[in-house]
Amino acid sequence: MDYVQEPVLSVRNLNKQYGGGCLNCRGAKADRLIKNFCPVCGTVYACRDVSFQVYAGEILGVVGESGSGKSTLMECLYFDQEVDGGEALISSYKNGEANLFAESSQQKRYIRNHMMGKVYQNAALSLKMDFSALGNIAEKLIAAGSRHVGRMETRGRELLEHVNIPSYRMKERPKNFSGGMQQRVQIAKALSNNPPLLLLDEVTTGLDLSVQASVLDLIKTIQRELGISVVIVSHDLSVIKMLADRTFVMLDGQMIEHGLTDQILEDPQHPFTQQLVQSLL
Amino acid sequence: MRMKYQFAFFDEGSKREIRRATLKAVAIPGYQVPFASREMPIARGWGTGGLQLTLSLVGKDDRLKVIDQGSDESVNAVNIKELIGKTTGIAITEETGEATLIQSRHRIPEIPLHAGQILVLQVPLPEPLRYFEPSEYETKKLHAEQEYSGAWLMLFEQIMKYGHMSTGADHPVLVHKRYVMAPSPIPRFDNSKLNDSEALILLGAGREKKIYAVPPHTEVVSLDFEDFPFVVEPFQGVSCRLCGARGVYMDEVHDEETGETLYQCNDTSYCLQRLNEKRG
Amino acid sequence: MGYVAVKGGTLAIEESIKRLKYERLKKGTVLECARIEGGMRALIDQVMSEGSLYSETLAAIAIKQAEGSPEEAVFLLKAYRSTLPRKHYSCTVESTDMFVERRISASFKNIPGGQILGAAHDYTLRLIDFALQDETDEGAVRWLNRFESEKSGIDVQGADLDNLPKVLDVLRNEGLLLPCGDNDREPDDVTKESVQFPTSRSQRLQILTGGQTGAVTSLGYAALRSFGALHPTVGELRVGNLPIYVGSLLGEGQAEEDYYYIGDIKVTEAETIFPVTVQKENGRKEIEFGIGYGMCYGQNETKAIAMSILDRCLESGDAGYPVYDEEFVLLHINSVESTGFISHLKLPHYVTFRSELDSVRKTRKGKGTVGEDEGERP
Ligand SMILES: Nc1ncnc2c1ncn2[C@@H]1O[C@H](COP(=O)(O)OP(=O)(O)OP(=O)(O)O)[C@@H](O)[C@H]1O
Ligand SMILES: [Mg+2]
Ligand SMILES: [Zn+2]
Repeated sequence: MDYVQEPVLSVRNLNKQYGGGCLNCRGAKADRLIKNFCPVCGTVYACRDVSFQVYAGEILGVVGESGSGKSTLMECLYFDQEVDGGEALISSYKNGEANLFAESSQQKRYIRNHMMGKVYQNAALSLKMDFSALGNIAEKLIAAGSRHVGRMETRGRELLEHVNIPSYRMKERPKNFSGGMQQRVQIAKALSNNPPLLLLDEVTTGLDLSVQASVLDLIKTIQRELGISVVIVSHDLSVIKMLADRTFVMLDGQMIEHGLTDQILEDPQHPFTQQLVQSLL
Repeated sequence: MRMKYQFAFFDEGSKREIRRATLKAVAIPGYQVPFASREMPIARGWGTGGLQLTLSLVGKDDRLKVIDQGSDESVNAVNIKELIGKTTGIAITEETGEATLIQSRHRIPEIPLHAGQILVLQVPLPEPLRYFEPSEYETKKLHAEQEYSGAWLMLFEQIMKYGHMSTGADHPVLVHKRYVMAPSPIPRFDNSKLNDSEALILLGAGREKKIYAVPPHTEVVSLDFEDFPFVVEPFQGVSCRLCGARGVYMDEVHDEETGETLYQCNDTSYCLQRLNEKRG
Repeated sequence: MGYVAVKGGTLAIEESIKRLKYERLKKGTVLECARIEGGMRALIDQVMSEGSLYSETLAAIAIKQAEGSPEEAVFLLKAYRSTLPRKHYSCTVESTDMFVERRISASFKNIPGGQILGAAHDYTLRLIDFALQDETDEGAVRWLNRFESEKSGIDVQGADLDNLPKVLDVLRNEGLLLPCGDNDREPDDVTKESVQFPTSRSQRLQILTGGQTGAVTSLGYAALRSFGALHPTVGELRVGNLPIYVGSLLGEGQAEEDYYYIGDIKVTEAETIFPVTVQKENGRKEIEFGIGYGMCYGQNETKAIAMSILDRCLESGDAGYPVYDEEFVLLHINSVESTGFISHLKLPHYVTFRSELDSVRKTRKGKGTVGEDEGERP
């Protein structure tokens, strides 16, 4: 593949830590950490100088072991967490010249409502459990400016059908849904405003194989039809293999390897990646 | 120990503080200005917010009208009139057109207000997003970021459930294209009177400690959807059994003997005025 | 002559108020304010504390007017307070300057200065004393004279009652209390500026101390019993009189000698101790003590202790339990606010109800959804 065009999203030196740090760990003293953890003060360095780019219409995979910082990265990109450093630019916003992390919270909300969609690992973070499934989808549509009930309901039904929520349960509250159902409502919600950029954190975790397949299919179809860009996080390499054009690998908050997905699967360089690929075989 | 209460109950320092908050509210239409609400000699929830506004504004030459749910004679109105009368000695009137200052609980008078008048509305729950988000800290952020999806979402959910918007009184409005505001529990019928009003409209919530305002000629729009427009309580084909008025907000009266439902103007002073005019 | 409005409302209200006066006087006896001040000490203290206004005389009048209802008496006091100009702030008080009448510690048996039981209901048997029916003023005077002569015989063994050390200083000197420096920031006055969240500690303490006794107690109890899993120990509870001074009217920067003494107030102060886990270096954890603070006008011991528990909860602010949520606690414990809003339900709601009725009727006629969620208010 050939990526001559401008990236849709570019992230440079994103840093995120939990905890204030101490004399032992402050500065770039990576050698004094146990993995991403400072044994003296307990600070976790969840993302360390992560840089990458996403191009129009591509699916970028992120893999890494549990605790390597994948969810934190996605939370930073969706402004759920304040970053401690770095910048992110998206081409559809201010000509790709404004660091999103430095924008006002009102602007961040605008970007989120109009230019992004996200599926969380934990559905409770994105769904209003006490509003109907349709209402949840409408929330995103309303936020993006829609004021037409009929059109929102039609769109909601269409999306929920896509993710196999039966139409007789669409007005029910996700609180009464199974984990997998909640996950599917989330996907429908994230897709509702046709965002140019979709962030997926462990979308298929907790789904049975047939639903998993249909969800992956759905993502693939939507991405192809709408030409949107997707960042998909998973610790399941088979998901990545099926969807991602390019992939990068995270370990202890750092990006240790990146390239075309096929390349990484066939010829992993880093010992950790090798181990990961081994386990897939 | 013998003590006297001062003019308009408050000390002048308190009045100034309340007026400062009021000025801010006028400067930012629809924005809820926090203020150090005082305890009043009538109970919280009985119009202490409105009362504090009225007391901070009232001067010796004012003529005051007080209405409770459309009536000048309802308990709440009588209480408030008595307190203000006792502590100021100003003239009290029931005629809407004559009053310079009108304090009202849950109604805007039927007779159009004119320039120079001030309407003070009593507010129990000033936060239009409260049922969507219980925390004050969070709703403040939502207002700051103009994030009002929640307000429309609540209406959307009602339509999903009942097939139409099911708000009673207190249907939320968008003020000056910026702030979503609770108009206080006035019936939907009165919402349009907020728009482009000649008079200054002030809203006070004593227990929740907020003051907000709709200055004259401000645009006020009731929230709705393109395909589900805002509708008011219907009074088609109904007229007042006393004065014959149509197209005003009516109380329902049940005739115990015939079991019939009759209607009469909710705004009692309006009804009375019409009756007097008819007599000539 | 035109029509006139029916003055039904005004008339009915006048009659209701007359009826109320009748209820107060119908037995043909009048309760003198002096007798309320004499015999209703606890009620006066409660009303002053919830009313956030220190005046036994005003409290007594309010109690008389309210026929002994604390809710109503507090309301009267607070409304009166709104009319008072605020001319001065008093100087900071140190509770070591308290002239102590009662002082106990549950954490140490031997405390410097000793435990002083003072006057308390805690040690009485809760049996109704029927002899009180026949108590007379003369009998009271005789008893008082005897009490005075007995008292002069007992030597209060050297205890310096207006300079007793604080029990917590024992722990502080051992380094077992979390260190805290003096915070000399001017407190935020919640009566002048409305509270915004998150609050400062001075705002929290002001709201807690004016809280309704029952509400503060119940929430503190909830934190203790199950929704908070706290295990406090009363480090020190003291009741006594605190001298109050104001600075000179001439301006800032004056010496302490220039302060004006304006009188004493009786207060209850509670300091409770809570074990707190602190994260130390290298993953080590230690237990230290954190404190909760309560202070109320008058002798209000349960309230002061409960207040100290809530202070602790709100300081640590752990989510998870409502009593740790400052909006939950602070916005719901004020007696005038809670009783006012509940009692406003008695006001006519004809217009609002009519409007609601319209919606309900429409739902009946309309196409409300079937077999789905119950119609709660979204
Ligand atoms: N709120 C928090 N406070 C402190 N540490 C946190 C917090 N959230 C995450 N962490 C730490 O940050 C690191 C990265 O966590 P993150 O959730 O991003 O991992 P992940 O790669 O998504 O893992 P998984 O595959 O299990 O979902 C972990 O060490 C975690 O303990
Ligand atoms: Mg994760
Ligand atoms: Zn460290």
